[in-house]
Amino acid sequence: MSCPDRNPANRLLSDFHPGQRGVIARVHPHEDARGALTAEELERRLLELGFVEGASVEVLHEGAFGRDPMAIRLDDMRVALRRREASAIEIVSEAAA
Amino acid sequence: MTAAVLAPARVALVGNPNTGKTALFNALTGARQKVANYAGVTVERKTGVLTSPSGRIINVIDLPGTYSLRARSPDEVVTRDAVLGQLEGETPPDVIVCVADATNLRLVLRLALELKQVGRPFVLALNMYDIAQRQGLRIDLEGLSREIGAPIVTTVATRKRGIAELVAQAEGLADTIAPTENVWHEPSAAELRHAHSEAQRILKAYVRPPERPDTWTGRIDALLLHPVAGLLILSAILFVMFQAVFAWAAPAMDGIEAFFGWLGGLVALVTPDGLLRSLIVDGLIGGVGSVLVFLPQIAIVFLFILILEDTGYMARAAFLMDRLMGAAGLHGRAFIPLLSSHACAIPGVMAARVIDQKHDRLTTILIAPLMTCSARIPVYTLIIGAMIPERTVAGFLNLQGLVMFGLYASGIVSGLIVAFVIRKVFWRSASEPFMMELPTYKLPDAQNVLRNLWQKVWVFIERAGRIILPLMVLVWVLSTFPYPPEGATQPAIDYSFAGMIGHAIQPLLAPIGFNWQMSIALIPGMAAREVAVAALGTVYAVGDVEGAGGAALSSIIAAQWSLATGLSFLAWYVFAPQCVATLGVVKRETNGWLWPTVMFFYMFALAYLASLATYWSAVAMGWG
Repeated sequence: MSCPDRNPANRLLSDFHPGQRGVIARVHPHEDARGALTAEELERRLLELGFVEGASVEVLHEGAFGRDPMAIRLDDMRVALRRREASAIEIVSEAAA
Repeated sequence: MTAAVLAPARVALVGNPNTGKTALFNALTGARQKVANYAGVTVERKTGVLTSPSGRIINVIDLPGTYSLRARSPDEVVTRDAVLGQLEGETPPDVIVCVADATNLRLVLRLALELKQVGRPFVLALNMYDIAQRQGLRIDLEGLSREIGAPIVTTVATRKRGIAELVAQAEGLADTIAPTENVWHEPSAAELRHAHSEAQRILKAYVRPPERPDTWTGRIDALLLHPVAGLLILSAILFVMFQAVFAWAAPAMDGIEAFFGWLGGLVALVTPDGLLRSLIVDGLIGGVGSVLVFLPQIAIVFLFILILEDTGYMARAAFLMDRLMGAAGLHGRAFIPLLSSHACAIPGVMAARVIDQKHDRLTTILIAPLMTCSARIPVYTLIIGAMIPERTVAGFLNLQGLVMFGLYASGIVSGLIVAFVIRKVFWRSASEPFMMELPTYKLPDAQNVLRNLWQKVWVFIERAGRIILPLMVLVWVLSTFPYPPEGATQPAIDYSFAGMIGHAIQPLLAPIGFNWQMSIALIPGMAAREVAVAALGTVYAVGDVEGAGGAALSSIIAAQWSLATGLSFLAWYVFAPQCVATLGVVKRETNGWLWPTVMFFYMFALAYLASLATYWSAVAMGWG
């Protein structure tokens, strides 16, 4: 794995389907998620939009093509995000939650 | 005289996107607004003036929406620099008004904490407070105010509620509170997390969640973001928009054309025959008319864009289109500028401002003129009418209509390919992320929409005057001078600079099947694409192409051009940069001649190659 210190029980938001929900365990971009940005920059942007540890998320909708992007309920607001960036967001495992 | 005693105050509006900040700005300043650009960047600078009850002049500046002072786009750089008082050529604001959507406080509280570090006095305006009350959201205003260290005013911008109080608070702060030291710095990820938990704590302590939260947005989204229904509805909206652009605009366009025709006739009556009349009638009035005729279409495009933005639908359209646009290396938001370009590339290029990232925006601007604008339609109609037989193919398809459709499709497909190539070859960086808030739906406010529409239309008119007019005069000069010699047998344009250039470039255009008449028509046709039709009329000396001359021109073309030549000319018009107005606007929007130059040459090269391939394929088919 590109990110050895990841809690293996945590799931990535990018693997979620509509209707699934959870609580953010960690915002931690790995190499594949960052795209044109540095990992640090993507992390800050996600944080600024409200993707922060402890926030609750629910996948509401997904695009028709390649199931991308995703529409996500983030606490009390709605946000659109591509799956690539969503892979930087780890969701608390159900066992832990 | 109190007004003389009180120094004018400067107030800056800062806030997250979609908080009704612009509506608040409109409520504060009414019609006393000015839209311009910041020096050196193409970020809209909206300023307005109001006079407080005490007689003080208050200058209000509406800064671009942002989630953070840590600027990530040119818009946000302006906001940051304005707030920090570092914006070149601008005086720092005396008071900052932090505008918040009262129903969505979490992110703006974090922004308010950042503003606090800047050390300038600020007021928190809780906008859309009526919606918050309707939802049963309870906010402890006193506690919240104490916690963030700033006065709070509740406002309903669309109904002008709380505006007087906001003005009074801002004025009071300007008088009593001196700015303290600025301790703001770019927050690190750890500091952002800390600020979030701080905002969360404040929110928990002073805001009780709504008893009746908005459920409409979720229900509407279930339909509008549905993978199938959502795309169908988007297509339906676009269909209506297209209908509107072409059908509703037609009477107004006819009116504008008639007006400039009448004006030209009137001026011709009162000026002596000669150079001055030709300059005014053909150069100025004709040239400006040929661009202003698109004003109704541009107004309709912007009306749709503004309504879609105001309701919150625009973010959904970007969501639905993101993957398709992304395949070509474009951002979901590029969709609307490209759609607008089907009316006219000028509003398309201007609308590309909705894209934050520089490279995404430049790519969109560069391919915008490949979309089939309405100025190409007269050219396409003329050539198709003259060259393509009116025939039914495959049982039900009209061949002429099919060719027209093919031309539209070529524009779109080639635009996407060019975007893909630009992304792969020039900016090899991976694409920027697509992350944005999907705002709650709300009814558009007619007054706001109309005011913003007027501003957009005015910007276009202003540009038509400042950039397009001189270029039109240049085209006129080229087509008029020098005069034909005594006893000339050819039309006058043949002896002009345009004629000389046409003849000079003719050998270059011969391989793509263009005759010298076509080569000459391309020169005045630089003014705007549809001018080429009139220019062909001039070269073939058939007179008024809109009246009887049109049919005459069509039959001359049918008789004198081979099918291969006609098809080559169509291919040329799909790609060629035959529009100085677009190049002028691109120069304005990209702040220099680099990108319009790149655009000119790449489109010229594509046009030449496409015409070459078309011509020789057609010749090989025996259509030469």
